[in-house]
Amino acid sequence: MTYIVKPKVAHPDLPRNAVGLTRRQYEGSMSTLCAGCGHDSITAAIIQACFELDLPPQSVVKLSGIGCSSKTTAYFVAGGHGFNSVHGRMPSIATGANAANKHLRYIGVSGDGDSLSIGFGQLGHVIRRNVDMLYVLENNGVYGLTKGQFSASADVGSKSKKGDANQASPIDAVQVALALGATFVARSFSGDKGQLVPLLKAGFAHKGFALIDVISPCVTFNDHEGSTKSYAYTREHSEAVVETDWIAPDLIESRKEIAVDYAPGTAVTVPMHDGSQVVLHKLREDYDPRDRAAAMAFVQQHAKRNEYVTGLIHIDETGSDMHAQAQTGDTALNAVPYERLHPGAAGLAKLMARYR
Amino acid sequence: MSPASIRVNDLVIKFANVNGTGSASANGLVLKTIFRMGVPVVGKNFFPSNIQGLPTWYEIRVTAAHHMARSGRVDVMVAMNPETYAKDVREVSPGGWLIYDSTFPRPTLLARDDITVLGVPLAEICNREFQGVRARTLMKNILYAGVLAALLDLDLAVIRGLLAETYAKKPALVESNMKAIQMGYDHAKASFACPLPIRCAPLDQTKGHIMIDGNTAAALGCVYAGATVGAWYPITPSTSLMDAYKAFCDKLRTDPATGKKDFAFLQAEDELAAIGMVLGASWNGARAFTATSGPGISLMNEFLGLAYYAEIPAVLFDVQRVGPSTGMPTRTQQCDVLECAYASHGDTKHVLLFPADPSESFELAALAFDLAERLQTPVFVMHDLDLGMNDWMVPDFHWDDSRRPDRGKVLTANEIEGLSRFQRYLDPDGDGIPYRTLPGVSPKGAFFTRGSGHAKSGAYTEDAHEYQEVVDRLSAKFETAKTMVPKAVALGASDGKPNDVGILSFGTCDGAVKEALEALAHDGLRFDYLRVRAFPFGEDVERWLEQHRLVFVVEQNRDAQLKSLLTLETRVPKDKLRSILHYNGLPIPSSCIVDGIRDALRKGAAA
Repeated sequence: MTYIVKPKVAHPDLPRNAVGLTRRQYEGSMSTLCAGCGHDSITAAIIQACFELDLPPQSVVKLSGIGCSSKTTAYFVAGGHGFNSVHGRMPSIATGANAANKHLRYIGVSGDGDSLSIGFGQLGHVIRRNVDMLYVLENNGVYGLTKGQFSASADVGSKSKKGDANQASPIDAVQVALALGATFVARSFSGDKGQLVPLLKAGFAHKGFALIDVISPCVTFNDHEGSTKSYAYTREHSEAVVETDWIAPDLIESRKEIAVDYAPGTAVTVPMHDGSQVVLHKLREDYDPRDRAAAMAFVQQHAKRNEYVTGLIHIDETGSDMHAQAQTGDTALNAVPYERLHPGAAGLAKLMARYR
Repeated sequence: MSPASIRVNDLVIKFANVNGTGSASANGLVLKTIFRMGVPVVGKNFFPSNIQGLPTWYEIRVTAAHHMARSGRVDVMVAMNPETYAKDVREVSPGGWLIYDSTFPRPTLLARDDITVLGVPLAEICNREFQGVRARTLMKNILYAGVLAALLDLDLAVIRGLLAETYAKKPALVESNMKAIQMGYDHAKASFACPLPIRCAPLDQTKGHIMIDGNTAAALGCVYAGATVGAWYPITPSTSLMDAYKAFCDKLRTDPATGKKDFAFLQAEDELAAIGMVLGASWNGARAFTATSGPGISLMNEFLGLAYYAEIPAVLFDVQRVGPSTGMPTRTQQCDVLECAYASHGDTKHVLLFPADPSESFELAALAFDLAERLQTPVFVMHDLDLGMNDWMVPDFHWDDSRRPDRGKVLTANEIEGLSRFQRYLDPDGDGIPYRTLPGVSPKGAFFTRGSGHAKSGAYTEDAHEYQEVVDRLSAKFETAKTMVPKAVALGASDGKPNDVGILSFGTCDGAVKEALEALAHDGLRFDYLRVRAFPFGEDVERWLEQHRLVFVVEQNRDAQLKSLLTLETRVPKDKLRSILHYNGLPIPSSCIVDGIRDALRKGAAA
């Protein structure tokens, strides 16, 4: 629907956030995806999250690979730089960008083809390195742009539009992330904005790699009977295990009462590195999202029954991100004064002595 | 032997060793000793793609005449590897010497009557004097260094000084090593007529010079260029460049109080990721680079096309090794010229720099970052194994403290504010180079970087005209690059008279070409010489080609890649160019060029 141009002028009464911007100012160009695409709902959730987080748009860096999902980085936060790279290689671009400037916010948007097939290697290694970024995997089980081939996340027995059943076992991004030591692992559904927006905010606040696998039905190629990634199937077969609430640093005091609304012992408060808090409301009393092994077992039991566990599945705020591991200084590496980077002519003369 | 046959400071020693036995330190000690005696030396390592147990050779050329290449001669062979004895014996030049461990007699060594075989019971002496298997193995090497000291008249005080520096923190090792040197020295003095007619004598020709390999020099160039992000995947023979960068940065860029570092050193999961990290970092305003070899460039092709089309600076060091495929990873060639010049699918062209020695590795490494940012494109520094991993004697490096990085056309927040609208791929200056903005600076400067079709505004396009406008401008930018890259180095014939026959070459062929020019001049054959230092070729190269009727193109690959590039990218008629090729994996010797040119002339090339 590229022929529709968004009006530039916003209504003067639109609410503004702490940096004086309206929600509209976090939008991007008009989506060119199919009407009803799950990805567009995720884009809307990202816009909402950035608005609520009061992010200066230029502080947001948007990265993607190739595919329907990767196009969406053009559809939000027009004031932030975007980098639509090559298929499956966004994690390496994100790693380099983050290495150059640790002070910006990095959001990568990828798909199941981009992340779990051609880019499976890079996904694994960006997790290992614990690059400080939010990674949204828009997961629909098919290749949309090439018209409906199964992707690596397609479940065994799930049917294509033509009626073929998938035989190969699926790669579950959540299990992979848990196995590789990811410190923030969540799953959501594009149709559940109420769950997704707080997860995105918590993911941004997390220091380190935050994966949110979002089931995002493909209305054109994978929303039919027999598909395990249709709107209907996902609604039927999801179990939210932890509800998340992100609380800005300045609101922590006033929000204390709200947590009391929940049954004793079910709310867990996790302080984040940026001073905010994530409050986890456990919908199952026996589930502890800080226990990686238990989370893995829980997810696997559900996967066996072709059910999705949603919510913040695992969180660990004690990990060190890539910069902490590399002990880089506080000045971004793209801004270190040149004089600090080498010892000049005199230092060079001294170095020469080593080679005589 | 008559005094007339005494040859001083002009000889080649070759060491035949087993790798993993510690021979490198002994061979390095001999090299450094001669260097410190003020005598110019060349050290070349011919090693296997292996950690322990395979044959390895090291060659030292002592050359008062300052030659840089291999001579092709072997005057003294130190044959320490029984497995390669037969081959090593054959390689000694007539009239030469062969030293071997006579603890184990080798009657086969006596098969040649035109060389002198010197047996030294190295193992026997070591077993008697040293304890433990490791020490006995290591000291055997030091022992032969002592033997050479006596045979070649090396200065024992210099050797002691070097050992004292190497083992500054372990004085006991200085004494045990010196003991081995002295035993070898005394044994040789007692057993042979020392020194040999070929020998070393102190000179004063290495002052103001260093012995350094090109990879270390390039790493230092990266440090001085202000590169803060290095990403790579380990591959021979490039790894030492990254190791050196890290070692320099650990020393020079770590805050002693906090331990915090002003650099990021990223070991990637593969070369695809390595170049991705470089592009991400460069796009975000850091100076970033990678080092790799031909197989790595193959893997990086996809991203290189993106970098070309989306106009992202990047610096790559291709330390070329023998291809195709895995090839011979520890042997040298200049075989990635075309791969790098046109890397990636679609119409792409890249800037290449060709350093000839470690001085240029340092200078061109630093320059590569300026060029990459000025031109907003990948720049390849074309090393090879010979340059990257061998020790070269070069003048001390210098740095001008007034020099500052040239970041090219990067808009500041204020400059962005002054624009009515930022458009990433406009060419307001007419030089083909657009303006870029960095993330985080201004929402007005934000744009969407893409490898898909884009208009000059930066917006996605599938429009025929808009697409073509951008790729035509990229061509114009490549024309501008011709004026920015380092000029070729021209050398006239020794008699200073103009000449219509020339030799054109690049990179590590330089030493061999210069030596060949001397040899050919002895025969009355005169040539002009042009050493190109960059692609695209500038107008200076075009003019030089026009001025010469016949041009020999010397290069180290089978398919004449430099010659191909000249015919594709300059106005030179193809039939003007004649190839002199060397591609067996060893560094090119001057004899290859002398013989090649004589042969061509005999066949009437110059007629």
